Order: sequence, then structure tokens, then C-alpha cells
Amino acid sequence: MKKLMNLRPSRGTAIFLGLLPFLLIVILYVFASDARLAENPNDKLLPSMHSFVEAIDRMAFTESKRSGENLFVQDTVSSLQRLGLGVFISATLALLMGIPLGLIPYVRSGLSPFVAAFSMVPPMAILPILFIVFGMGEMAKVALIVIGVTPLMVRDLQQRVSEIPAEQLIKAQTLGGSTWTIVVRVILPQMLPRLFDAVRLTLGTAWIFLISAEAIAATEGLGYRIFLVRRYLSMDVILPYVAWITFLAFLFDYLLKKFTYKMFPWYTAGKENK
Amino acid sequence: MSLISIKNLWKEYGENIVLEKLNLEIQEGEFCTLVGPSGCGKSTFLKMILGQETPTRGTFLFEGKPFPQEPSVERGIVFQRYSVFSHLNVLENVMLGIELEKSKFLGKLFGAARKEAQKTAMEMLEAVGLASSAYKYPTELSGGMQQRLSIAQSLVKKPKVLLLDEPFGALDPGISADMHTLILDLWKKNNLTVIMVTHDLHEGFYLGTRLLVFDKVRHDPQAPDRYGAKITYDIPVGDNRKSVYKEIDKSIKREENDNEA
Repeated sequence: MKKLMNLRPSRGTAIFLGLLPFLLIVILYVFASDARLAENPNDKLLPSMHSFVEAIDRMAFTESKRSGENLFVQDTVSSLQRLGLGVFISATLALLMGIPLGLIPYVRSGLSPFVAAFSMVPPMAILPILFIVFGMGEMAKVALIVIGVTPLMVRDLQQRVSEIPAEQLIKAQTLGGSTWTIVVRVILPQMLPRLFDAVRLTLGTAWIFLISAEAIAATEGLGYRIFLVRRYLSMDVILPYVAWITFLAFLFDYLLKKFTYKMFPWYTAGKENK
Repeated sequence: MSLISIKNLWKEYGENIVLEKLNLEIQEGEFCTLVGPSGCGKSTFLKMILGQETPTRGTFLFEGKPFPQEPSVERGIVFQRYSVFSHLNVLENVMLGIELEKSKFLGKLFGAARKEAQKTAMEMLEAVGLASSAYKYPTELSGGMQQRLSIAQSLVKKPKVLLLDEPFGALDPGISADMHTLILDLWKKNNLTVIMVTHDLHEGFYLGTRLLVFDKVRHDPQAPDRYGAKITYDIPVGDNRKSVYKEIDKSIKREENDNEA
């Protein structure tokens, strides 16, 4: 008998083991829900599977009686727009700031302490300021994501730039590169896949800020809906929404990873060797 | 006029004296190998020629003019590791030197100019024996092939002096012998001036035209940083006397043992 640490599951077993916790939690839920509903059929805390199906059908597959729109689609679209725009702006800023910060000593001396201090400001604490400055519109919500996520990405990218071996930068200079051409031909191409990695890592944080901003001031959006129906204890809507958000987060992470693998074969090849 | 002319050169880091009263003339076409115990300042010396470090005082001339104080195209370099660009394939790695020179804004060539650069780069790859791997990425290459690539990258710029910083130190003995043949061959064919740092005395003794040994002459056990290294041997290679080899070997080993003790 081998030691436990040397035993490896077969592929089939690995898939089964991976699914097991999900399965267990569903079974556990169904039992708990049945038990509560047997005692009080009007219980709202753990709705039955049947009421989930009804809620999903009502939110996602029928038009709203009041506005004639599909609420679920509308919520998803507006949330994703905010998230996408926020993350896109953050990533662009990260490139524009992270590369000079990592490469140019003068920029680092001038801006590094500021960026370090700024990244310590809790973004939620300045949300009221954003609402005052940008009003209740889309701007404030996008700005919260940008303010929350950009410092993380900038510092990550700055770190990655400074990790480029000095040998490479010297070599590039002996090949006739100027500061600018070295940025364009050596640093930027090496930073792009790392930027996608940074986006993947900060996406979770971006979701937090998105949902927080929507919870406080919005007229549609996934976060808005969850906090709206909370007033009616509508667990049958909240739980599917949470599952959907989780799925979206997982999907984006997966797609970004696949995209990075496809676009930058040299990057992932190097990683596997490590 | 000498290519490199050094008179009474000192290098200090605060209290720590690395090199003292160095005098040296290097002519065009020479192949100098630098050996010495670790910490003797041979790498610092190479860095000064490269422009990565500046001397504390003394005369330090390149073609009769003061050395440029940052790395530039006159001086090519091959490090022990990390001197190829992982995001470019082998051919692009060699083309980069041509592109950076010709395209000042984008650092990239297109159309006919690109074709021309590809052709030059391909010829260079053939010279170092990498033509069949032109479309591989550096991570797919062995250590020896990466060093071949790094040499090709530098040579495409036709540098006035090629600096090699322990370039074969991380390679297997067999591969390193192949690399010796390659570098000697390239040196003869292209009229290069080469300065190579190595920790392998055997390599230094048999490669090139001139062997320079860096070592501390004076030694104060209470203050090991008080005295810097000097050039203790400056002999033309071809002087293959066993006795000289043993003598230098002994002096370097003694120094290293002292350092470890």
C-alpha cells in the first residue's frame, strides 16, 4: 500500500470527486428545504426547487408586466457593461502607469509613494464622494470599479516590469534600442499576457465594487436586483442570481485564461517549464 | 591607437576597493580572456567596459575617447543567462537588432525592409548553426542553443567589441567545447575583438590570444576589502607551458580557499 500522499485518482475518479461537494450541497439543501416547508409551507428562507424554476421563468423568460422588458437580460447587460468598461479603463491605466513606474527611475521616485498611498484608500469609503461628483448615473459606478481595481493592477504590473531580468534590458540597449523602442518592442509585448493575468486576479474585486455600487444606487443591474428583492425575502430570486453571477465570474476567468494561452504561446510555454 | 586604453584605473564602492591601479591596452582583433578567483572584480571590469558601471578614477578610453556611460551598439554582450527575448522567436530575436536601428519610432520593419532584415538574420543564424530552429521560441531551446542565439543577436550589430560574461558556465562540458569551436570560428571570420570573462582557467588558457589574470596582490586579513585586485598575469595564449598553467591555477585556488576560509 502506497502512502496517501503518493496515491493519485484516475481521471474518472477525479471528475467524480470534483463534482461530489456540489452534489452534496444540493442534496443537503433539498432535504433542509423540504423539512422547513413541511413545517411551514409559507417559509421563504429555503424555497423549493419548484419555486426556483418559477422565479427563473418569471425573471428570465417572461417580459415584465410593468415595463415590458426582460428584467434578467436587462440586469445582466447593464451590469456587464459597467464591469467591462471599468475593467477596460483600469487595464489601460495600468499599462500607461505600470510600465513607466517599473522602468523609469525618475517616474518611480516621483509617483511610487503616491500610488502606494492611494491604493490604501478604501474605495467604499469614497463612494459617497463619487456619487456627489458624478451623480447617480453610470459614471459613479464605473468610477468605483476603476478606483478600486486600478491601484492593484498598476502595482502588479510595476512589479512584473521590474522583474524583467536586467540582462535583457542591457542587451536591448546594445542592440540599439532607445527607451521608447525598448518599451514598444521588449516591455509591452512581455507585459500584455501579464496584464491579462492581472485582470483575471482583480476580476473578483471588480465584482465586489460593482455589486456594492449597484446595491446603493441603480435602477437595474444584478446587484440592484438582489438588494431590491431582499425586501420581500425573495430567496427564490436571490439564489439563482448569485449562482448566475458566480457562473459569469467563472466564465470570464476561463475565457481570459484560454485567450492568454492562445495569444501568447511563448508565455504559457515558459510557465509550464517552471 | 588601441581600441581600449586604460591607465591607472580604480574602482571602489565606498570603503571597498575592487580594482586598483589597472593599466591595460587592448588592440583591435584581440581575443582576451579574463580569469581570477570569485570576487576579484573581473565581472565589475567587464561591466565598466559595457557601460553598466563607471570607474571611480583613472583614464578609461574607447578608441581614444571616454567610454559611453551606458550600454550602446559599439559593445555587444552575451550574458550567462537571460539575454534572449522570450516573447520573440529565434529569427525575430536576431532581427530585433536590425529593426531597432532602422525604425526609430516603432522599432519594427515592414514590407521589403522586413524581408531584407529576415535575410540578414537568417544568414546570421546559419553562421551559428540555428537556421533549423528559426521559428522556435527560446523556451523550446536548450541552454547551448540559447547562447548561440544570444551570440547571433549581438553579431548582427557588428559590434566593435564583443563582451562575453561567463557565457558557457552553465553548459555541459561537451556543449561548451562545441561553443568554443563556434566562437573561435566566428572571431576569425568576422575580425572580432572579444573580451571574455570565465571562471574556468582551462577555458581561458586555451581560448583566444591573450590571458589576463585578475587577483589581489596585497592582502590584509583584518580588512579584506582594503586592497583591490590587479592584473597579475598578462600572457599571450599560445604560451602553453604547463608550468605557467599550474602556477596560475595555484594562485587562483589559494585565493579562493582564503575567501572561503
